[in-house]
Amino acid sequence: MDLSAINPAVLVASLMVAAVPIMLAAIGELVVEKAGVLNLGVEGMMIMGAICGFVAAVETGSPVLGFFGGALGGAGLSLIFALLTQILMANQVATGLALTLFGLGLSSLIGQGYVGIKPPATGTVPFGPLAEIPILGTILFRHDPMVYLSVAVIAAVWWVLRYSRMGLVIRAVGENHDAAHALGYKVVRIRVLAILFGGAMAGMGGAYISLIRVPQWTDGITAGAGWIALAIVVFASWKPWRVLLGAYLFGGITVLQLNLQAAGARIPVEYLSMSPYLITILVLVIMSRDRGKGALAAPAALGRNFHASR
Amino acid sequence: MLTLERRPNPSRFWTAATPVLAVALTMIAGGILFALLGKNPVEAIRTIFWDPLFNPQFAAYSRPQLLVKAGPLILIAIGLSLGFRAGIWNIGAEGQYMMGAIFGAAVGLAFYPMEAWFILPLMVLAGAFGGWIWAMIPAILRTKFRTNEILVSLLLVYVAQSLLASMALGALRNPEGGGFPGSRNLSQYPSAANPELIAGTGMHWGVVAAILAVIAAYVLLQRHMLGFSIRLAGQAPRAARFAGVRPNLLVLICLGISGGLAGLAGLFEVAGPAGQISIDFGSGYGFTAIIVAFLGRLNPVGILLAGLLMALTYIGGELAQFMLGLPSAAIQAFQGMLLFFLLAVDLLSNYRIRLGKREVA
Repeated sequence: MDLSAINPAVLVASLMVAAVPIMLAAIGELVVEKAGVLNLGVEGMMIMGAICGFVAAVETGSPVLGFFGGALGGAGLSLIFALLTQILMANQVATGLALTLFGLGLSSLIGQGYVGIKPPATGTVPFGPLAEIPILGTILFRHDPMVYLSVAVIAAVWWVLRYSRMGLVIRAVGENHDAAHALGYKVVRIRVLAILFGGAMAGMGGAYISLIRVPQWTDGITAGAGWIALAIVVFASWKPWRVLLGAYLFGGITVLQLNLQAAGARIPVEYLSMSPYLITILVLVIMSRDRGKGALAAPAALGRNFHASR
Repeated sequence: MLTLERRPNPSRFWTAATPVLAVALTMIAGGILFALLGKNPVEAIRTIFWDPLFNPQFAAYSRPQLLVKAGPLILIAIGLSLGFRAGIWNIGAEGQYMMGAIFGAAVGLAFYPMEAWFILPLMVLAGAFGGWIWAMIPAILRTKFRTNEILVSLLLVYVAQSLLASMALGALRNPEGGGFPGSRNLSQYPSAANPELIAGTGMHWGVVAAILAVIAAYVLLQRHMLGFSIRLAGQAPRAARFAGVRPNLLVLICLGISGGLAGLAGLFEVAGPAGQISIDFGSGYGFTAIIVAFLGRLNPVGILLAGLLMALTYIGGELAQFMLGLPSAAIQAFQGMLLFFLLAVDLLSNYRIRLGKREVA
């Protein structure tokens, strides 16, 4: 094994790229859960975003429209979830699972004719001379716009939830929907909007996988990223900046195991590729072990359906 | 305007009628989907739901396939339904299914080429053990550390997938396979094979196990204290605790049963219809079984019927792929749609829909 082939600066730069899809999906899901809704369909929304974004980018030749398409695809699928759980009072766990199963099938159906095509390339942000700074330039200034956008979204969500009136309303709805309803907030409407935002973020994350990370279309391309995003929300104890931390941690593991594979580590490839999932489980255990804290951080109304006449 | 009024008790009529309504709605929506794909919708629906059973040209082949496909679905869904009733969400049955296949096949291959009566029974035990132990991971993590069993069981599917690949390429690879991935064919090794028991029916030991599981689950839920605890824990967790139900024990039991049954399904599949451990052995039965469990209303008899119906969509889907060039993924989307409609029309059993505006209280 040749560890000297691994350049730390490049490693850090590529872990930032690897973290983008789950960071976007997880921050979207964080908002959804803050509003008191548990949407387990992140994997389905991501893969719908992956294929819709891919199709949009290939057909228009524009990666920007691709990301819009991805967000639309994810949000479109989440609309089904919103309709079922908020209007028709369906069980959130079951509906989320249905969303994933349906998304996997539908995406592969849409993607039939797109296997083996290359999407239009997304350029890096032109930082000019900044990108030439040794080490720092490689780590910070040679990325595509989405890497910066994902961090900006984290900052925006943090600010909105913490300081704005809208954030207060979202949290109120998620902590106690009956009280929020009594105060005159439109619980269902707020939750539907949160679900749509979560869907758009997951879809954009999915589009990042098919447009930049991989970049091509294959069935099941998200490979569990949506589930890891869900785990990261738990890891983050529903705090935006810790989503960033969790995503970078996970991105680091993913990139490291890929680098070890390339460097010819003696561990078989299959064991390396299962490591991100195993470590996610380990992290979940550590986070959940701390009984008081973990349980308190979750929004109180998480997963409970709201019906006004009750 | 329409308003909803919660029923004091779920309507018995709608509880039975909703699956039928959901299937009907799915056929309509599926027809629209197929029309969008440029196929004749009526022909597509007929090819999926009618031809496999009644078209003289295909029925001889596809009728036995119905049991082959329904067996694992029913076996897994029965196990899942117990947990779902108690609010314990094992959604990693796909991983438990693969582990059952790996453990069972490993035992069978260890004896190769010895011929003895006890090999298949031993494999059955190993298969159930493999699924059980894989389900014990989320179960123990949940009871010891309160870790979410939904995420853990699901993440373990990806781990199992990697393990499966490493087995097919490494430890269990057929030494006479010319370097190709995949194990020896167990169905050609008489002591380890899970053959068709009655020629031309598709009935194999896995189907027998599925039927036994339906009967056992029915008795359990209707007549046994454990079944009562499960139902109570799902409907009124607080009351269950006062009644002496130990939630942790229930988690271990429910995940254990569902893991064991999923493992059995994997073993019977690898020793019979599939024949070998291969990289693409995971067939999605573990996920489709979730739909089967819900479509069957978490009721053993319902699951039996739902499993047969879902098996029909698989066979019909293959036929439609072959006859009409309908992509295979269409069936998966179709199955997901079925679950959507089911969850949507469930509203009718829990709520009454009233015309007119809600009175302001």
